[in-house]
Amino acid sequence: MEIFQQIFNLETFSSTLRMAIPLMVAAIGGMFSERSGVVNIALEGMMLAGAFIAVVVSYFTGSAWLGLLGAVFFGGVFALIHALVSIRYHADQVVSGVALNLLAAGGTVFLLNILFNTSGTSPSVTALPYWGPFKPTVYLGLLIVLISHYILFFTPFGLRVRAVGEHPHAADSVGIDVEKIRYVCVILSGMLAGFAGAHLSIGVLSVFREGMTAGRGFIALAALIFGKWYPFGAMGASLLFGFFQAIEIRLQGIEAIGIPAEFIQMIPYILTVIALAGVIGRATPPAASGEPFEKGKR
Amino acid sequence: MSKRNLIFLSLILALTLLVGCAGGGEQPPQDTPQEDGQKAASDLKVGIVLSSGGKGDKSFNDSSLRGLDRAKEEGLIAEYKYIEPKEVAAAEKGLRFLAQQGYDLVIGVGFMQKDAVDTVSKEFADTKFAIIDDVVDNPNVASLTFKEHEGSFLAGALAALLTTHEEIEGINAEEVVGFLGGMDSPLIHKFELGYTSGVDYINETEGTDVKVKINYTGSDPSAFNDPAKGKEIALAQYNAGADIIYHASGGTGIGLFEAAAQTGNYAIGVDSDQDWNQPGYILTSVLKKVDNAVFATVKAVKEGNFEAGLKEYGLEEKGVALTPLTEAGVTVKAAQEAGDITAEDVAKIEGLKAKIPAEIKDKIEDIKSKIIAGEIEVPNYLEQAQ
Repeated sequence: MEIFQQIFNLETFSSTLRMAIPLMVAAIGGMFSERSGVVNIALEGMMLAGAFIAVVVSYFTGSAWLGLLGAVFFGGVFALIHALVSIRYHADQVVSGVALNLLAAGGTVFLLNILFNTSGTSPSVTALPYWGPFKPTVYLGLLIVLISHYILFFTPFGLRVRAVGEHPHAADSVGIDVEKIRYVCVILSGMLAGFAGAHLSIGVLSVFREGMTAGRGFIALAALIFGKWYPFGAMGASLLFGFFQAIEIRLQGIEAIGIPAEFIQMIPYILTVIALAGVIGRATPPAASGEPFEKGKR
Repeated sequence: MSKRNLIFLSLILALTLLVGCAGGGEQPPQDTPQEDGQKAASDLKVGIVLSSGGKGDKSFNDSSLRGLDRAKEEGLIAEYKYIEPKEVAAAEKGLRFLAQQGYDLVIGVGFMQKDAVDTVSKEFADTKFAIIDDVVDNPNVASLTFKEHEGSFLAGALAALLTTHEEIEGINAEEVVGFLGGMDSPLIHKFELGYTSGVDYINETEGTDVKVKINYTGSDPSAFNDPAKGKEIALAQYNAGADIIYHASGGTGIGLFEAAAQTGNYAIGVDSDQDWNQPGYILTSVLKKVDNAVFATVKAVKEGNFEAGLKEYGLEEKGVALTPLTEAGVTVKAAQEAGDITAEDVAKIEGLKAKIPAEIKDKIEDIKSKIIAGEIEVPNYLEQAQ
């Protein structure tokens, strides 16, 4: 019973929420991109870039809110590269994503050296203030899920996004500007990933550290798949993954239970594989996801 | 994929590579050995190839150079050259360049240069080499490693002694301390075992029952760069009753320091002087004194008693140490002079150290001398594992 209390207490649940938010918001970003037909494995890099810009803007302006805005804005700019490469130039979306991840990993360290003359860690900056028990990014993150659900399923824009991702030529034939919708969605995904990065660097922490996203962009992709490309699905999956992380931290060192921490760390990936394999209801990606759209080509 | 697309993509990839490489150092190694000092009485020539981060990293590299500066001041060497390689492959070229130029002692900093030192030291059998933080088993190479477990033992003893002093603000009633590891790997277990042995020693000698909460951040190298998770782990440990947490987790530890400042509990830093990271919340840091190891090696070469093989620097050799428990350490004072931290921060650091009861400081000194005298044997995980 005592062990039970050590593992499941109020702190466990607030920890869950703090760790789920970056996954959730980045997964929603990935959802917009993939729903419109553009695979985005650059979420990791966009998050890292967002985390970095948030710290830089907060450092030079002294305002964490401007840092958050900067991260969202620059996340969008960074995603524009992916949009140009994969929409305008019809390039392989996975290759472009990998390139962006590398660019973010190297570029942030490079700029860290130039701006702060340090290697690895930025100076401490002003972080976002607490709103009650949490940072604002937690509430805003949950709000983003609600708004995204509304946009995707209850607005004409959402309908177009889904149409473009499922069958771009059909959408094109009824006068929808496929490329424009895709541009908007990819940029939106970068903005949301930037927000997720800012949550890490100036929400949870108040510094930037090289590689600080530590694979969260990829876990966000897993959450997106496990959530079957639905906003609430992605939210549920993120909360579940965040919960496993919180539990794993608390289970370590309690020998009575004897589950290796590595096993619990694996769970998100195992669940994703199971979801992809169709064991708990098949996870079907948008039909045109990953395919460049070329007008007039069948 | 059309030709235009291919060109575009390759441009992006090329750009990425350029940016990625530019991070490490500034110039290519061949043409940039930098001279320091003038000709003096001694004609001993020492060259050093730094690790990533280069000069000004406030850690290993700066510490190595401090050792050489001291050697110069004491007249052991007239000059030294240092090279900042921009990547691991360039380190080998740097080592070879120095050996070709007839340097008497060539030092490679960091375990990343293990293979490079191995290769080059075979090519130049008459040159003396030293590698820091790893072992190269050649007849002309001195391998300088550190007894991190001895420093960790002192950290564990300090934490266990302090956690029973409830009257100090930030210390709770529960006899629990914490350990935050980075990647779950043998090297980090060396720190952990030293730390828990220190706690056990206090439990035995003082009759306390201090428990250690142990967490590892993950099982791949990204676990050394995940401060957000580090903070969550630290918060969980503080929440479970820990009031002092020691870490061996690289950049992940930044999260620990932020958690300490947030909850008003304490942390212990590692490798370099981290006391200034969150002034007033970091009790001390377990230092690796690379400067002392480098200086001792130069001195040995000068005096003609250079010995190849493994040389472990522990408390006795001043290769590991805690930052002073009575005042701010040299690095902090240097940072204050350079204007990197304010006098207010230094006052906070020293204010915290003043809170540590004098009897604890005496006991730590006592334990230190017992380890040096061999009365206390600190277990080494790496040796146990073999």
